[in-house]
Amino acid sequence: MNKKEFKEGMRDGIPIALGYLAVSFTFGMMAVKDHIGILQAVIISMTNVTSAGQFAGLDIIVAGGSLIEMALTQLIINLRYSLMSISLSQKLQKGTGTGKRLLLAYSVTDEIFGVSAARKGKLNIFYSYGAIAVAVPGWVLGTALGAISGSIMPAFLMSAFSVAIYGMFLAIIIPPAKEDKAVLGVVLAAMALASAFAYVPGMKKISSGFAIIIVTLLVSAIAAILHPHVEEEEVSDHA
Amino acid sequence: MHNIYIYILVMAGVTYLIRMLPLVLLKKEIKNQFVKSFLYYVPYACLAAMTFPAIITAPSAVATYGGVIGLLPGLVGFILALLLAYKKKSLIVVALAACAAVFLVERILSFLILGTLI
Repeated sequence: MNKKEFKEGMRDGIPIALGYLAVSFTFGMMAVKDHIGILQAVIISMTNVTSAGQFAGLDIIVAGGSLIEMALTQLIINLRYSLMSISLSQKLQKGTGTGKRLLLAYSVTDEIFGVSAARKGKLNIFYSYGAIAVAVPGWVLGTALGAISGSIMPAFLMSAFSVAIYGMFLAIIIPPAKEDKAVLGVVLAAMALASAFAYVPGMKKISSGFAIIIVTLLVSAIAAILHPHVEEEEVSDHA
Repeated sequence: MHNIYIYILVMAGVTYLIRMLPLVLLKKEIKNQFVKSFLYYVPYACLAAMTFPAIITAPSAVATYGGVIGLLPGLVGFILALLLAYKKKSLIVVALAACAAVFLVERILSFLILGTLI
């Protein structure tokens, strides 16, 4: 059972790894341009597994910023992961031990969260492990390639791969939105509000990481008030 | 300027704590109806907010051409992904189709405007 879940996770990890390659390639390139060693760039990617957080961290290292500034920046940009972890804590199968959770916490990314949250019923943690096992090597490899080559990966390929992650997210949220009008409303409202944060003067000043937190909190809270979700009893696991 | 490994340690440490604390501390099932409903909607709100408008502005055409033309590759990719997701195609099919659409539209724009394919 765990083996099957792990394999399914690996399968869903493939598009994540592709999207990661493009983003982490850019990170590796930029790190080297900023006079950070190839090895250090790879270590950052291995230990952080964040995108916006790593880019912001790079800026602070280059500027010689304080450690407090580093800690606060990471906290603000990456705070959305705590929302995802809260959500996953309720999704995990009963009896998933602390050790297993400590390991999952290593790589709660937008994408790993996305595919994990989309599982039917409770989440078998080995599914997430499978996705991580494929996706994180993509992240680290992309960083190394970007750092080594400087700019060998053709720009037109990177541009195409840059939307892989978003295509995947749509594949996750659209089918449930078809079945549940409240979910459809949440999706549309979140996209509209996120667009406002991207384009409306004044709102534009808020960093994208923070904008996502605000949109998520606001839209989910309003939806929960207007349309409380009544859970059907868990159907027995699709075994 | 500190040693780079100290910076990396702080970055990684803060990020890990953010992810780890809720997972380890919240082991009981939450019973409150509002919180449960709220958490049910969180993934959809969060993923939707991350996807749009980012999918339109991610391709490099935005920087190359600017304006509405620059948004075209992402827009076509977005619409194609929406259609395929609506038909319940798998993650990888939707993801790769969006990439292919961006690739093709960027080649067409490049050919029409710059007179070259790359």
